[in-house]
Amino acid sequence: MRRSRFPLLVTVAVMLFFYLPILVLVVNSFNASRFGSTWQGWTLDWYRRLAGEREIWAALRLTLIIALASTAASVVLGTTAALALHRFSTRVQRFHSALISVPLVMPEILMGISLLLFFAAVGLDLGLLTVILAHVTFSLSYVAMVVLGRLEGFDDALLEAARDLGAGRWTATRRVLLPLLAPGIGAGALLAFTLSVDDFVITFFVAGPGTTTLPIRIYSMIKHGSPPLINALSTILLVVTFLAVWLSQRLATRRS
Amino acid sequence: MNARRPRRQGPGRRASEWLLSSPSLLWLTVLVLVPTAIVFLIALRPPDVDGGIGAGWSAQTLRSLARASYARIAWRTVYLSFLTTVFCMLLAVPCGYLIGRADRRWRQTLLLLVVIPFWTSFLIRIFAWKVLLHPDGAIKAALVWLGLVPPAAGLLYNAGAVLLVMVYTSLPFAILPVYAAAEKFDYTLIEAARDLGASPLGAFARVFVPGVRRGLLAATLLVFIPSLGSYIIPDLVGSPSSEMLGNVIAQRVFVERNLPHASALAAVLTAAVLVPMLAVLLLRRNGGASARTRGAS
Repeated sequence: MRRSRFPLLVTVAVMLFFYLPILVLVVNSFNASRFGSTWQGWTLDWYRRLAGEREIWAALRLTLIIALASTAASVVLGTTAALALHRFSTRVQRFHSALISVPLVMPEILMGISLLLFFAAVGLDLGLLTVILAHVTFSLSYVAMVVLGRLEGFDDALLEAARDLGAGRWTATRRVLLPLLAPGIGAGALLAFTLSVDDFVITFFVAGPGTTTLPIRIYSMIKHGSPPLINALSTILLVVTFLAVWLSQRLATRRS
Repeated sequence: MNARRPRRQGPGRRASEWLLSSPSLLWLTVLVLVPTAIVFLIALRPPDVDGGIGAGWSAQTLRSLARASYARIAWRTVYLSFLTTVFCMLLAVPCGYLIGRADRRWRQTLLLLVVIPFWTSFLIRIFAWKVLLHPDGAIKAALVWLGLVPPAAGLLYNAGAVLLVMVYTSLPFAILPVYAAAEKFDYTLIEAARDLGASPLGAFARVFVPGVRRGLLAATLLVFIPSLGSYIIPDLVGSPSSEMLGNVIAQRVFVERNLPHASALAAVLTAAVLVPMLAVLLLRRNGGASARTRGAS
């Protein structure tokens, strides 16, 4: 029976829709023309200029510090949460599961404003700490979901076997569970890291005047800055993102 | 380790549940539940002279929301989010159908292509469109060349541009849950319907669509709810005549410095979001596909 070509056509159109704007941006980062409407030859000038932008590098440094700190904390919180959700099915866990899914669906602006008001109410000054606290809050849910996905394919009999062979609870966890779970935790950590590096809305609300992260810098560049420099910076970030997705995909599909 | 093996139970088990659950429960209670409650409380406080949170209680802020301009913005927010959802679903259903029936290798590749935008910086994806729609950009040049728009027309800074970019950024969230449901769908049912005389479109609409309805519901909510809170997209490619509730909240915070007022608007938005969100939670509890997890892995 002949299959309709319609879904294929839509899918091809959607892929073009997804990738053409990104492709144009990448190509324009090598375009000598300032506005990118016409092709005026290859250049690496924008990258050279980017290298001289002190503020961008300072913002990148701050962004990486925030991403490392929030990833570390959210991996611990997210993994323990996933283990609890996987092992127990009590009423507490139903509430726990609902609570974890809130940051996944809540519009970012609501998370941003509610955290801003919370920090104002408890008298915490906006700055590095408030940004890290906010990032851990949304990252932990994503880590929990990724690790939970990995746990669904996990054979609990392996832990039982280790216990039967005389391993204590802690030894069984450390020598059996964690090594098998490591790819899932790695994929969750990569996602948490990427989300932290990319986040603009929530960060914008809870960052103090001195806490200019890379996305906040990019935002002000989009509003007032030079397009070719943003193209060059975006291209670098896109390459890093593609590498992260590729690595995470390898981790996620690796057999245990 | 669970109910199937009744061996290790009792206080040890309770202690380990507590040990594993309390860190994230505590964290999310303090940084999600309490702040959300605070939004509603601060909406009832008057602003102080600096626009901070004043002393005492007052319903004045809430009353000031009853302006015609707010009603217009609230309507536009719902309307644009609704249209975004409709367009996303129209594109996501055929995509999910195709990815769900593709063989393993194609499926992996297509999924990767859908997931990459999810990982890519939101700002960069909006910026890419800002460049494309720019008066000197490629799309404008093509449309003028084709004679579809007059040379003076602007493609940026209107509701159409906001809608286009909203669809662009939300589409992966629509495709992934539809695919997740399609993956479990038995495609031979469609062949069976065709054998029994259904037209291709009839089989698609009356067999496939009901078969993946859970995925469709999840996709609808995952696009609609975050769309209600859109803020950077109207900020960067819209104009004052296409601004949404999120923009007004941000203005009250960053421009006018009136936190109670921002809080009151956020409370309205939270209430608007809560209804579909509760539906999502119910859906999740019933074992619905967690789309964003799939996006992640």
